[in-house]
Amino acid sequence: MELISPAEFAKDKVQAIQEYSFLAGQSVTNLFRRPRYMADMMQQADLIGFGSLPIVVLTGLFTGAVLALNSANTLQRFGSLSLLGQLVSVGMVTELGPVLTGLMVAGRNSSGMASELGSMIVTEQIDAMRALGTDPMKKLVTPRVVSTVFMLFFLTIISDLLGLVGGSVVATLIFGMDSHQYWSTAWQVLVFQDVFTGLTKPLLFGFIIATVGCYYGMTARGGTQGVGRATTQAVVAASVFILLVDFFATKFLMAIFGYR
Amino acid sequence: MSAPPTTTAELAQNTQDAIGPIIAFDNVSIAFEDNTVLDGISFQLPRGETKAIFGVAGSGKSTILKLTLGLIKPDGGRIRVLGEDVTQMPEDDLFELRRKIGMVFQESALFDSLTVRDNVAFRLMEEAKITEEEIERRVVEALSFVELEHTLNMLPSELSGGMRRRVAIARAIIAQPEILLYDSPTGGLDPVTSTTIVELIIKQRDVYKTSSLLVTHRLQDAFIMATHSFDRKTNHMRPLPRGERGEVPMTFLILRDGKVIFDGDAQELAQSRDEYIREYIS
Ligand SMILES: Nc1ncnc2c1ncn2[C@@H]1O[C@H](COP(=O)(O)OP(=O)(O)O)[C@@H](O)[C@H]1O
Ligand SMILES: [Mg+2]
Repeated sequence: MELISPAEFAKDKVQAIQEYSFLAGQSVTNLFRRPRYMADMMQQADLIGFGSLPIVVLTGLFTGAVLALNSANTLQRFGSLSLLGQLVSVGMVTELGPVLTGLMVAGRNSSGMASELGSMIVTEQIDAMRALGTDPMKKLVTPRVVSTVFMLFFLTIISDLLGLVGGSVVATLIFGMDSHQYWSTAWQVLVFQDVFTGLTKPLLFGFIIATVGCYYGMTARGGTQGVGRATTQAVVAASVFILLVDFFATKFLMAIFGYR
Repeated sequence: MSAPPTTTAELAQNTQDAIGPIIAFDNVSIAFEDNTVLDGISFQLPRGETKAIFGVAGSGKSTILKLTLGLIKPDGGRIRVLGEDVTQMPEDDLFELRRKIGMVFQESALFDSLTVRDNVAFRLMEEAKITEEEIERRVVEALSFVELEHTLNMLPSELSGGMRRRVAIARAIIAQPEILLYDSPTGGLDPVTSTTIVELIIKQRDVYKTSSLLVTHRLQDAFIMATHSFDRKTNHMRPLPRGERGEVPMTFLILRDGKVIFDGDAQELAQSRDEYIREYIS
């Protein structure tokens, strides 16, 4: 590996952040500019949404189930097993549903976008597109961002619901709870801010997944190896970014709703 | 080969505003990191002319074409294309300008997840006003120009290198551009296939008379272009009688170490005393 000076390194990083911000900004402003590529959005929505459905279903079910299993264990020690529905519900809706769905979709789609756009860069297809008078930001990036944000929102809701289902299976079959009691407490405990928090997060995460994936794709250099590198980096960066933003978004929303 | 159409409207458009060069490089320099690729080059492409740019690998030929399209910006100098300064132009206006230019990339750069039809139609599908039937008709027309009508529903990966190059040509000419840029169109092809590509380019040149820059690493391709013309009756190229020039003016530009060392026609090239040049034309 080549050694680079700290100043050079810092300059590269600042430039990368600038480029990323530019891409992220463009992906939004392009929404208000023609042409808009509806067909491409639909195609991406299908790819991201329906394509991710199986993994999201499984993730949701098992996360809810294991959350119930762990919580029940703890709650039993305090003799308050009846709180299980509430715990699973709040945990899934505010935190685990959005974050795990985000991470799963990041693993699947950030990498997909990075490798697809990266291959197009190294084979000059992006240059060819620009040469044909089409803006790749509008044609490729914006549709991916829009459909990821849109689809992740619904995927998260599905994951939340399946988490509750997974929890209820554990609660009734393993801990012998009354299923009616589980579901009614699970619903009742959810207040507006829980739902609001839980539904704001996927919007942020969807944006991160698509912009990070597209950024690493569009900046891929150095042949197929470069594309491979871009793909891994995209998943790592998107996942870390999701976890960071999750913390700050949670803190921020709590402050708004006046907890702590 | 099928006879290509030439409407009077197209010809009128080509002769219209025939004043001033269609491409003008003025003291253009560009370096990648510490590697100076172009070191103050100047040249002009008059409307209706074809200019072959020759240089060894890495001499900056592709860079010249990318600069012309505004895909990259020079470090210094000015580039005017169709009367507009592409070095100063914002990206949004460049997209407009590029629609009047057709480019054939070195490795074809076809969209590998789109069919041949969608690749060729790409430019037209961006235009909201054109109907499906019109697109279909023009795709078939462009593909029959390169004799590949039968590949309509194939993917680029199913085509041979020469076929891909021909699809790339069809994609570049479908919107009847005012300028055509060819980047090493015969690069990496066997001699027979190379000849069919050269013949196709001659056909394009003599039928549509589009102003073109043709990058090549094989000077003999450019010589064939200078000494042949397209015969519509036989649908093949034929050698021009000795000493006669083709209908379309053809010039040569030779790059060496970031400088233009020759810019002139075939006759001047043959008479050049430069040793480096003599080595290539002998
Ligand atoms: N994007 C780029 N980044 C770094 N170096 C480049 C880039 N594009 C071209 N070069 C360098 O510029 C030189 C000329 O490239 P190019 O114009 O592709 O040459 P040619 O087409 O004549 O073979 C080469 O040395 C190449 O390595
Ligand atoms: Mg080249």
